[in-house]
Amino acid sequence: MRIRRRVPWLLLAAVAALFVPALGSRFYTFVAADVVILALFAVSLNLLLGYTGLVSFGHAAYFGVGAYTTGILMKKAAVPFLLAFPAAALMAGGLALVFGFFCVRLTKIYFAMLTLAFAQIVWAICFKWNDVTGGEQGMPEIPYPDLGWMERIPYFGQFRTSDHFYLLTVVTVAVCLAILHRVVGSPFGRMLTTIRENPERAEFIGVNVRRYELVAFVIAGAFAGLSGGLFGIFNRGVFPDFAYWPKSSEVLIMTILGGMGYFYGPAVGALVLLVLNQQITSYTEYWPAVLGTILVVLLFVFPGGIVGAIHAGWLRVTSTRRPEVAHRA
Amino acid sequence: MPDISFLFAQSLSGLTAAMFLFLIAAGLSLIFGVLRVLNFAHGSFYMVGAYLAYQVVQWAGTGPGRFWWAALGAAVGVAILGGLVERLLLRHLYGKEELYQLLFTYALVLVLSDAAKVIWGTQQLSVSRPPGLAGAFQLFGATIPYYNLFILLLGPAIALVFWLVLTRTRAGRLIRAAALDREMLGALGVDVSRLYTAVFVIGSFLAGLGGALVTPVKTIVPGMDVEIIVEAFIVVVIGGLGSFWGTFLGSLIYGQVLSFGILIFPRFSIFSVFALMAVVLILRPWGLLGRPLK
Repeated sequence: MRIRRRVPWLLLAAVAALFVPALGSRFYTFVAADVVILALFAVSLNLLLGYTGLVSFGHAAYFGVGAYTTGILMKKAAVPFLLAFPAAALMAGGLALVFGFFCVRLTKIYFAMLTLAFAQIVWAICFKWNDVTGGEQGMPEIPYPDLGWMERIPYFGQFRTSDHFYLLTVVTVAVCLAILHRVVGSPFGRMLTTIRENPERAEFIGVNVRRYELVAFVIAGAFAGLSGGLFGIFNRGVFPDFAYWPKSSEVLIMTILGGMGYFYGPAVGALVLLVLNQQITSYTEYWPAVLGTILVVLLFVFPGGIVGAIHAGWLRVTSTRRPEVAHRA
Repeated sequence: MPDISFLFAQSLSGLTAAMFLFLIAAGLSLIFGVLRVLNFAHGSFYMVGAYLAYQVVQWAGTGPGRFWWAALGAAVGVAILGGLVERLLLRHLYGKEELYQLLFTYALVLVLSDAAKVIWGTQQLSVSRPPGLAGAFQLFGATIPYYNLFILLLGPAIALVFWLVLTRTRAGRLIRAAALDREMLGALGVDVSRLYTAVFVIGSFLAGLGGALVTPVKTIVPGMDVEIIVEAFIVVVIGGLGSFWGTFLGSLIYGQVLSFGILIFPRFSIFSVFALMAVVLILRPWGLLGRPLK
């Protein structure tokens, strides 16, 4: 057994993220908020992808539903954020329960196809149901939550409203990630890994595989909903694209890019992908081609993602043995 | 109640769309059936076929039969592209997780769509109908262009040829055997790796041909790749991934659901096809005419 020193990555990253507004650049704060929110989205997907071995091609559905839930409640019903935000998890989780009930009955490619079909249904509804979702035009001008109380907190008080929302986002996402971390480390999380490695054997020893998968699906959906809720406010609007399939593939790419064998891998993937996106789109309009090329290099050269490559390199430096790569390729 | 001629025209237009879809979906289904790879880039091959056909028509000027040469050239060009992709890249991902193969073909979608924008720009392009099929005729009060009639006949003809090849020739037997048990086929001394390339090339050829033949009825625009791949997925999922007649049936159902869905629920026609796909997946995940994977 190898003894590992535990590095409190989450705490370090969260504290660092809290100081971004102090740089005084609106742009940095904007990018950081984008990264933090999508990191939660990607980590929630990885509960399925990396831990349970379920390839969901429709995770954007829950992100979208969460965004619409918080957005509609705050804009149309003037519900305070404190209620509208958990409602996103409730709606997205509820939807994941219904869809997941059918999805977990299928295996492999059919699971992926059904998640995609359900997500497209959600998208089609958001796109066409003008009265509620604003249809194709989406729903602009989602209000910021009332964060006046932050002005009385030392450090926090100096910033503008958008920065206040950013700080709230960092704290919220950090709490969500801590919860998810606990989930994957719990006996429940271990059982998910067992199911990933060998569903037949898990079934064999009396585990209700479908039920475990369904619970994982609901948790992943609920946290995707929370990240969607935050994103709608950050983005100052909710649009049908949030639930469209390119969003699902984007979050898949983030997860793979960072490394789905690691808890924080997808968060690293979100950071790298969004920063690259910002940089490259300022030079060329052909971002998709660049993304495609990155993806090909990743699949052929670094199938363990960025964190996987760093981890393998680290093991090579610190041990004389051949590195045993801890995750599946 | 709308009159009969209108319903007739509507169902014919659904049928024409179905035949185009069948051309694309047949290749997608064939590749999945044998290689077990769900090829997202199939729609991109279709798009490249359309652009290549446009390009050849431009080069050919006013030569006789230029459209037919363009269609053939585009299909061959796309087949070569498919062969290169399979030989140089895709084959290194066999045996790895399905997700990697899926993401690889998705990467191709991204790269090819941008490549098409670089080469042909973003404006709409079009190709005129071949001179011999430019007119139209009346049937039960509906106006039917000769070109659509040609497509309506071509679809079943290709399906028939395909079916004969699959059931009556040695190559067809090998393809069906590979779909059932590739290890056994390899153990019996068949070069499965060459067979995979051949299947990928044939699938790509069909996609390129479909793209070329659609140019007289649809404008060529960026985004046509994604539009068709979503439709083709729905078709093969409904019919049964890897099932030949299932794909044909799926195309017919899709064409009719779409052309009548627009009449019945104008706002929710996209909804209706995805709902159909979900229902089929729930009740019969292997599709209407497919069989369960091992």
